[in-house]
Amino acid sequence: MSSDPHHLTISGLGGEVLEHTEVKVSHCYQCGKCSAGCPLSEEMDYPPSVIMRMLQTGNPELEDRVLRSFSIWVCLTCEMCFARCPMSIDIPKMMDFLREKSLKEKKVNRKAKEIIAFHKSFLDSIRYTGRLYEIGLFADYKVRTLKILDDMVLAPKMLKRGKLNIIPELVKDRSGVASIFRKTVKKNKN
Amino acid sequence: MSKIGVFVCHCGENISATVDCAKVAETASKYDGVTFSVDYKYMCSDPGQTIIKNAIKEKGLTGVVVASCSPRMHEPTFRKACAEAGLNPYMCEMANLREHCSWVHEKGEATTEKAIDLVRILVEKIKYNQSLNAIKVPVTKTALVIGGGIAGIQASLDIANTGHKVILIEKDPSIGGHMSQLSETFPTLDCSQCILTPRMVEVAQHPNITLYTYAELESLEGFVGNFKVKIRRKSKSLDEKLCTGCGTCTIKCPAKKIPSEFNEGLGMRTAIYVPFPQAVPNKPVIDRLNCTYYTKGKCKVCEKVCPTQAIRFDQEDQIVEAEIGAIVLATGFTVKQPDFFPEYGYGKYPDVITGLQFERLASASGPTLGEIRRPSDGKIPEKIVFVSCAGSRDQAKGIPYCSKICCMYIAKHAMLYQHKVHDGKSYVFYMDIRAGGKMYEEFVRRAIEDDGVNYIRGRISRIYEKNGKLIVCGADTLLNAMPVEIDADLVVLATAGVANADAEKLAQKLHVSYDTYHFFAEAHPKLKPVETNTAGIFLAGACQSPRDIPESVSMASGAAVKVAGLFSQDELTREPLIAVVNRQAAPVYSSCVGCFLCVSACPYQAIEKEEIKNRAGEVIKSVAKVNPGLCQGCGTCVAFCRTKSIDIQGYTHEQVYSEVMALLNEY
Amino acid sequence: MTLGFYPGCSLKGSSREYAESVLSVAKAFDINLEEISDWNCCGATAAHNMNKELSLALPARILSLAEKQGLKEIVVPCAACYSRLTVTKYELAKDPELRKQVTTANDLEYNGTVEVLNIIQMLDKYVTPNLEGRVVKPFDHKVACYYGCLLVRPHEILKFDREEDPQSMDELMLKTGATPIDWAFKTECCGAGLSVSRTSSVGRLSGKIIRDAVDRGAEAMIVACPMCHSNLDMRRGAINSFLGEKIDIPVLYATQVLGLALGLDRKALGLQRHFVTVTV
Repeated sequence: MSSDPHHLTISGLGGEVLEHTEVKVSHCYQCGKCSAGCPLSEEMDYPPSVIMRMLQTGNPELEDRVLRSFSIWVCLTCEMCFARCPMSIDIPKMMDFLREKSLKEKKVNRKAKEIIAFHKSFLDSIRYTGRLYEIGLFADYKVRTLKILDDMVLAPKMLKRGKLNIIPELVKDRSGVASIFRKTVKKNKN
Repeated sequence: MSKIGVFVCHCGENISATVDCAKVAETASKYDGVTFSVDYKYMCSDPGQTIIKNAIKEKGLTGVVVASCSPRMHEPTFRKACAEAGLNPYMCEMANLREHCSWVHEKGEATTEKAIDLVRILVEKIKYNQSLNAIKVPVTKTALVIGGGIAGIQASLDIANTGHKVILIEKDPSIGGHMSQLSETFPTLDCSQCILTPRMVEVAQHPNITLYTYAELESLEGFVGNFKVKIRRKSKSLDEKLCTGCGTCTIKCPAKKIPSEFNEGLGMRTAIYVPFPQAVPNKPVIDRLNCTYYTKGKCKVCEKVCPTQAIRFDQEDQIVEAEIGAIVLATGFTVKQPDFFPEYGYGKYPDVITGLQFERLASASGPTLGEIRRPSDGKIPEKIVFVSCAGSRDQAKGIPYCSKICCMYIAKHAMLYQHKVHDGKSYVFYMDIRAGGKMYEEFVRRAIEDDGVNYIRGRISRIYEKNGKLIVCGADTLLNAMPVEIDADLVVLATAGVANADAEKLAQKLHVSYDTYHFFAEAHPKLKPVETNTAGIFLAGACQSPRDIPESVSMASGAAVKVAGLFSQDELTREPLIAVVNRQAAPVYSSCVGCFLCVSACPYQAIEKEEIKNRAGEVIKSVAKVNPGLCQGCGTCVAFCRTKSIDIQGYTHEQVYSEVMALLNEY
Repeated sequence: MTLGFYPGCSLKGSSREYAESVLSVAKAFDINLEEISDWNCCGATAAHNMNKELSLALPARILSLAEKQGLKEIVVPCAACYSRLTVTKYELAKDPELRKQVTTANDLEYNGTVEVLNIIQMLDKYVTPNLEGRVVKPFDHKVACYYGCLLVRPHEILKFDREEDPQSMDELMLKTGATPIDWAFKTECCGAGLSVSRTSSVGRLSGKIIRDAVDRGAEAMIVACPMCHSNLDMRRGAINSFLGEKIDIPVLYATQVLGLALGLDRKALGLQRHFVTVTV
């Protein structure tokens, strides 16, 4: 006789969001406060409140657009949206999940190429040395993005100020670190 | 020998869907003492009641068990039916097969077994029932109305006009409440004071109303029809009989820089003050916390200039005692202040104000004489931003509910601004527009269509100040959440309507329920909006939840009718389910040993000491005695009594014990 | 006394001056900062953007190592590392399943007993109580304290200061003789990890921050995060581009200001390493 809210099943991507992040998209009443405070909102194709609405519809085409959006990649996880949301919806956590899913399903927006490349170069650097090796990071990034000339002026300036290590700092237990990567990342094959 | 009738109700399908009612009736028919057992679809209906009455008459039943819903629903119904058939109503018991059984379990054998058990224990109990007669108590036909806003004023007038006496108490120096602070009211844009002040004057002049302002409830005792109240009349430092209200003292008072409460802090007042020109009573009070004489021992200018020597510096608070039959709670509400909002500046920007403060700006008798001016520099704003849902509908801030009136007053404020500043620009950031009253939707459309108010759908993220402007950062959710930034000259927050800070304390004094937000609780959300769970205490207005003026007035009239209904009887019947200390023959007189633990245990101070004397007037024994007028039948004393000398009629030790034993199958 | 120390990658490289100033100040108060042995990168933004488990496993390894080393408290000067470590601690405490998953990937024991302090917390606990009489050169300038995102959000996990208009760094600056100004961009994002991949965004966001501080008369920006410092200092070119104006306001770490007030050597505080010359 009573409808049991604990057994409410939300289908589609919204349901997966609930399962992995405890974020319930039905809590959003589209007030727009998140989008109003988001520093990158004007650079996004879909500001955060719009992403929420797309997930609420359960429409597979809109869900696809969410995973293919630029928004999820340019989001800085600055946590401003979550701090101000009157329904305390953990949007940054949801964004992290959508990003991972977007990668898994190979739906990454083309405009996000540089952003992804940076993340990948960063992680590759850590995988091999355990600590960030900036020169390695830059080199890797430039290979991925072909932006050879970008920041070229910066490197010597950094060197001059002692901010660039020529020799990488190596963690002793590098195999330990690499195995962490193996056990967590390799599953996703990116 | 008992002749008990068992009547099992299906309650439509409410009970029969999970409980096998026929089986319950059939099983019950076999019990010792049961001479009649039947099941029926709707026991509370006329035909259902007829079955009970006929059975009583034809079978000479001595007890009736109705197995149906909660006694809170239909106990009076069935007791009345029994009485009509000639059976003492207290020989009728109800087994709750619905709220305690069918509604909380799944269909099955176990559920039916439980229902059978519930019936059996009551069959056993009823064998020990005694006939009881209702207690009659007199009714004091004077009402107390707490709160002198529009709701309190309306209730007082309505009750007074039925011919009964009313005491109206108001904690501020004048009656009028928030309505007196408004400039115009929606949807007609009537001048608020113009429609209110005639009522205020009527209250002051009404022969049946005694008005105490600057007064609060000190304590309450008693019960419906028979309350005893103590009212604290705070000292105004004034002999009201001598004061003519000339106002000289308020003009000459040197302490002029006290933020005016009536003007919501936007203007100043003096230490001896009348809150506003149309105040009722139009007599000043001295604010002792800020008066130079009380704080530093100097001044006394008011005393010197008063033409009738009405000032009384040594006047003390006065406690007035009164006997009251009913109380109407009309204490209203308050609004959150800007300091409640971290993202809007924690209250540090003077040009971020509340809706009530805007009312004072717009009001002709306000600090700016009706001109909309910025509190910071007095300039007329060219751009105003109005923010809906500031605090309301905000779970993160602890106020998930809607404050109901803001959508309407924002539209009103924006319209007033546009009328006063023709080329001003107003923006409303909203989530929804709630305009559900008569002519309300049309009013909002007027603001948008005729007065050019810009409505943007989206909540704002933050406000900060730069170069004297308030930068409001929002988004238009109807345009892909496009960022919208406005440099406003003034920002008006429609802050959440909340309960008064002292609401909890007052509720506890009155033993009235209240909710998580400290709004007073109605007895039933749908069907008993003006009653509380405390008999004799009624609610009117926003103290129950935020509401507008027509609703407050309606509620006040509703509460007044309830009071009038109470007063239309000369005697009130009380349930006889009260505690009684046993009395026996000499030489014992009572098994009570006179420890009087019950006296300290009783929450209603309903137990007294009684001296049992011999013919010579010598005291043989002191025992406890329950005042049947005050006892509420809570049973605390029964639990405390060491000698089991005190018992609740209708729930005696024997009765309760028999129920327990029946459950343990040892009867 | 000894305190655990997690420098993180930036303090060893591009924000070396931050480490220098932290160590100088610690030395001045006889605090021995013991680096966590064989620490790894916390994963920063990249890890949590790409893989949840990795983003928790990397900081968990750091905390496990600190535990193994017997460190009860660690100071984490980088706000991003502080955020990752505190979030990891919180998530693993909340979800035992996740904890098991992550520590299996790590192959290290984890008990969640290490206390993680950000630089302000560390200073408030161990330095400012002993500041009496030690400020020899009051930092007599108007400063704009820039907190950034990760020191104060999300409050329910970090439980530090307050999310809107925080005051902890301002109070610290008062103690150095500086005059913190009231301004509107204390916690607005500087552009964070987009420094390399989308520098124009950093120019815009950091530009707005600099603009507001300068307009209100600030003579220096004070930060407690190497990413914020990098965006406001190293990326000044992009900022100037966005603002259409060359702005010279220097960016100092809170520890550098403290060091200056204590009379410590400018070189020891790494002030010469900044891109925007520190004239104060």
